[in-house]
Amino acid sequence: MAETPASAPGSAPAPALRLSGDFRHAGRPLFSGLDLPVEAGRWTCLLGPSGVGKSTILRLFADLDTGGTFDGEISASDGARVAGRVAFMAQTDLLAPWLDVMGNVTLGSRLRGERIDRARARDLIARVGLADHVEKAPARLSGGMRQRVALARVLMEDRPIVLLDEPFAALDARTRAEMQDLAFDTLKDRTVLLVTHDPAEAVRLGHRIFILAETGLSEVEAPALEPVRPVEARETMDMQVRLFRALRGEPA
Amino acid sequence: MSAGGAFPVEMTKLQRLRDAGLAAVAALLLWQAVVWVTGVPPFILPGPWRVAESLVANAGLIAENAWVTISEVMIGLLLGAALGAATALHLMISPLARRLVLPIMVFSQAVPVFALAPILTLWFGYGMASKIAMALLIIYFPVVSTFYDGLRRTDPGLLDLARTMGAPPSRTLLFLRLPAALPAFGSGLRLAAVYAPIGAVIGEWVGASKGLGYLMLLANGRAKTDLMFASLFVLALFAVVLYAAVSAFTRRMTRWASETTDGA
Repeated sequence: MAETPASAPGSAPAPALRLSGDFRHAGRPLFSGLDLPVEAGRWTCLLGPSGVGKSTILRLFADLDTGGTFDGEISASDGARVAGRVAFMAQTDLLAPWLDVMGNVTLGSRLRGERIDRARARDLIARVGLADHVEKAPARLSGGMRQRVALARVLMEDRPIVLLDEPFAALDARTRAEMQDLAFDTLKDRTVLLVTHDPAEAVRLGHRIFILAETGLSEVEAPALEPVRPVEARETMDMQVRLFRALRGEPA
Repeated sequence: MSAGGAFPVEMTKLQRLRDAGLAAVAALLLWQAVVWVTGVPPFILPGPWRVAESLVANAGLIAENAWVTISEVMIGLLLGAALGAATALHLMISPLARRLVLPIMVFSQAVPVFALAPILTLWFGYGMASKIAMALLIIYFPVVSTFYDGLRRTDPGLLDLARTMGAPPSRTLLFLRLPAALPAFGSGLRLAAVYAPIGAVIGEWVGASKGLGYLMLLANGRAKTDLMFASLFVLALFAVVLYAAVSAFTRRMTRWASETTDGA
């Protein structure tokens, strides 16, 4: 497989991740006996309906408040801690409205009190196609452009692990496809966990695809084609139907 | 579209100004008409023309007293805003301060600030200090509560983001919570701009030897009702200008909050 060193994450190769255990919220189990592997340097899609704990799993990886108790283990294949090596992108773009595009992309450096590398930020902003909008306020950008800024911010953070919480869900179909292509291209060689409720998205992007339902976690074997998979390919379409059925609890 | 878009806005602004002017002229004419028709003596209700004459005749006296009141209000406003902002930040940073100070602050709001005016005069004397204290006290709580509320209500998603970015709490406060709370702080300041003149004038009524509130009491006592109205007019004019200035300042401070999506 061809490597593109330019897009490879900063220093060490991206690790594989694993989350296993039980999670209880307000005394009720949300999931138990879960065992989710996330492959190193590839895209793992976690597909499922709302309210089964997809976002909770992301938040556990990122060491964010979940409002419940987790009993289990979160580990990385290189033995180091997962939290602190994670970049995060949510369904809402989470742009600070008082900062311009440059300010938002460099927010991490500012928050950590590091030197701000404007040249690199400018390159990344150009990479997501916003070279002409560096000094614009988020309020003056469209929804798709705002998610591009959020993506540039993730790239600026340059973490080996990227957690995506339905980041393309609020976009129109064409913009969503463009963003999927762009994200897949720019996040190459990083360990990506994408949470989504859209079977088509999982089929397009996932090296591996898991379905999380009330009954538990199950893997669906992804098509042999390499992602990003063309929508019109026979395997993609068949897979989409199977995922849709599986989501509805029907036999595949 | 953008070149054509600005012009109609300018027109409506002008129209609004013209309408307000017309309404003011109509109100003044009505006032004058009531005075003529009823033949009410000027020491009960002087007509607007008589008030204007008094304003010109006593310009020096009014200006001298207005200067005192304006100083009291401005100093009270600045001190109150600064102290209020500092308190709100402190409440945000320190859980101990929240536990100790917050209940006292809420309880202290049950005490009508006006009831404190006599005691403030006793403590700080008849000069400007007691009026500054009055203005400060009356605006302190609105500033603290609006700003503190704004600091607490930062978008939880942004705070999560800051956490994944490895931001220390102090820098999260400085670079996320603080700017996100500026619109709330702005509404606190606008409230303060309305209350501060009230506080200063109440203070002057209770005991003073200078100021517009003092001059109004004095004129009233001597049945110089036209001078009373003239002082009141200057006070109202100052209050309106102050509010407009503070509004313009807060809008500048948070211009991003009023910007809307233009699709792009």
